[in-house]
Amino acid sequence: MENRIKTLFNQKSQELLSVYFTAGYPNLEDTVPIILELEKNGVDLIEIGMPFSDPLADGPTIQQSSTIALRNGMTMPKLFEQLKHIRKYTQIPLVLMGYLNPVMQYGVERFCQEASEIGIDGIILPDLPLSDYVRDYKSLFEQHNLNKIFLISPQTTEQRIREIDSHTNGFIYMVSSASVTGSTNGNAMANTDYFQRVAGMQLQNPGIIGFGIHNRETFTQACNYASGAIIGSAFIKALVQEGSLQHNIQTFIQSIKQEA
Amino acid sequence: MNYKVDENGFYGKFGGAYIPEMLYPNVEELRQNYLKIMQEPDFQEELQALLKDYVGRPTPLYFAKRLSKKYNTNIYLKREDLNHTGAHKINNTVGQVLMAKRLGKKRIIAETGAGQHGVATATVCALMGLECIVYMGEVDIQRQAPNVARMKMLGAMVVPATSGSKTLKDATNEAIRDWINNPEDTYYIIGSVVGPHPYPDMVARFQSVISEEIKAQLKEKTGNENPDYVVACVGGGSNAAGAFYHYLDTPEVKLIAVEAAGLGIDSGESAATSVLGREGIIHGSRTLLMQTEDGQVTEPYSISAGLDYPGVGPLHAHLHQSGRAIFESITDDEALQAVLELTRLEGIIPALESAHALAALGKIGAKPNETIVVNLSGRGDKDLTTYLDRFELHGK
Repeated sequence: MENRIKTLFNQKSQELLSVYFTAGYPNLEDTVPIILELEKNGVDLIEIGMPFSDPLADGPTIQQSSTIALRNGMTMPKLFEQLKHIRKYTQIPLVLMGYLNPVMQYGVERFCQEASEIGIDGIILPDLPLSDYVRDYKSLFEQHNLNKIFLISPQTTEQRIREIDSHTNGFIYMVSSASVTGSTNGNAMANTDYFQRVAGMQLQNPGIIGFGIHNRETFTQACNYASGAIIGSAFIKALVQEGSLQHNIQTFIQSIKQEA
Repeated sequence: MNYKVDENGFYGKFGGAYIPEMLYPNVEELRQNYLKIMQEPDFQEELQALLKDYVGRPTPLYFAKRLSKKYNTNIYLKREDLNHTGAHKINNTVGQVLMAKRLGKKRIIAETGAGQHGVATATVCALMGLECIVYMGEVDIQRQAPNVARMKMLGAMVVPATSGSKTLKDATNEAIRDWINNPEDTYYIIGSVVGPHPYPDMVARFQSVISEEIKAQLKEKTGNENPDYVVACVGGGSNAAGAFYHYLDTPEVKLIAVEAAGLGIDSGESAATSVLGREGIIHGSRTLLMQTEDGQVTEPYSISAGLDYPGVGPLHAHLHQSGRAIFESITDDEALQAVLELTRLEGIIPALESAHALAALGKIGAKPNETIVVNLSGRGDKDLTTYLDRFELHGK
């Protein structure tokens, strides 16, 4: 079966909306309901955060959601159990995103195999070095039809972007600005030179912009330079507004997709 | 067996640079330049001058006569507590601030546990006229108040880390996040032999002056540059790395690394990583790590803020696994006992961290003709409130 991320990009190359949420937050059993509600509201791709105690690249919102998810009892076995039958209900591309240590403790091979069995399409592990991936894990990921998605930042050199591109499949995660997740200080989309530079490189993979994308304005700006954008912290904040999960998701996604 | 870092940044299977891409350019810049810069004659000249005239090196190697008598052996104390700012930490910050200047950085960040590294960083930043931001766990800010005051006096901004256990691990997370947010102008002075390569190697090199001096001083005093034992406490492990460095390839010198057992190894309140940890990744390094079955980092505990860390430098993980170093663990109570012992026998008030190394003296079983060097990594001024409380000396 063709990887769903690939299918998605073959069908649609603009204004893709990807949403990140932390598995097990706000409540342990919210993982599957959130996925289904996101799909219903027209989101194109979902990143399921595997909570970690020490998320180095994340700002306060995702840190706090991770802490609560872990307190709720989220673990890797629990997450795989929750997602076991997900493909009966949805064909939306699903990406698991988290840090290397929990995956390493679970066993990278077992992780890839079980993720693949569930029907996961891609993996993002920001602290897995490119060189380790290429040497130790690339063939494993490919064997299980899992796209490995790498990050680039405004400071990444052209040479390294090309190297990352050559080992990536699915898409390239373009970190918008020098920042951890969830920063709304300044404009995430201010660094237009960087976006233009990457757009001009004619990479083999499409790019999606993330970090600091938090409303329709920043989403639309990101879509001017890349195939789409990722929203994480702003969505996590929206989840715990007053009202039902369903209502909060619907309201938030509509605010991104439709002009006010 | 090789105990030095290899070309890929590993000590055996430990080390490496497990960092998000956002940190890659900075860490790579450092990796490509640190050895070259450290070897430049003008760098060495400036470093050596500062170590001598500003830090106050060489620090004495003191034969502790009454302590030796008590343990019926020969104990020398390497007096890192007599360095400017009161601990070995400044050996590294002097080196790294010169590194930062040569890399053209204007803003310095650091993490601190006991506050000694924070003070040592704030000190060199004042000296060089650089902006300084120190991340410190909220819990540590309370238990090491004198060092917080010193940092503020030196012009540094002390930012509380309020996540997790609110101690050294969390302060390190915050410092790394700051570096991600400020990739152009900022240099991160890591205080221990932890973090992504090249930090563990660079910090060990800056601290290696300790064993370089021990060798020369011991030779002068005893005619033999090699003691039977070198004893040092290990949190992240920078003072131990410095005290062991020039003895790593001398197997007849036994290396004793002393970890904090907290309330006891099996109490659930401990920081003895070599016993309680297993291979994992923390702060960009593959090392021994205290963690749950599910790979979540455990919150450690020790009375000593400087040893309250769930990991250990990758060099030490390798020394442990290869058997080159012997790891001991010391409880809060044993460390406090050692504080009082050294204070009353030798008139030296040690830091709580260093007291863990001293407390191991009773466990080594050294013979009367043998020689032990204990790295007395810091002085106890910062711990006086704890000491007065625990020894019930208030109002006496």
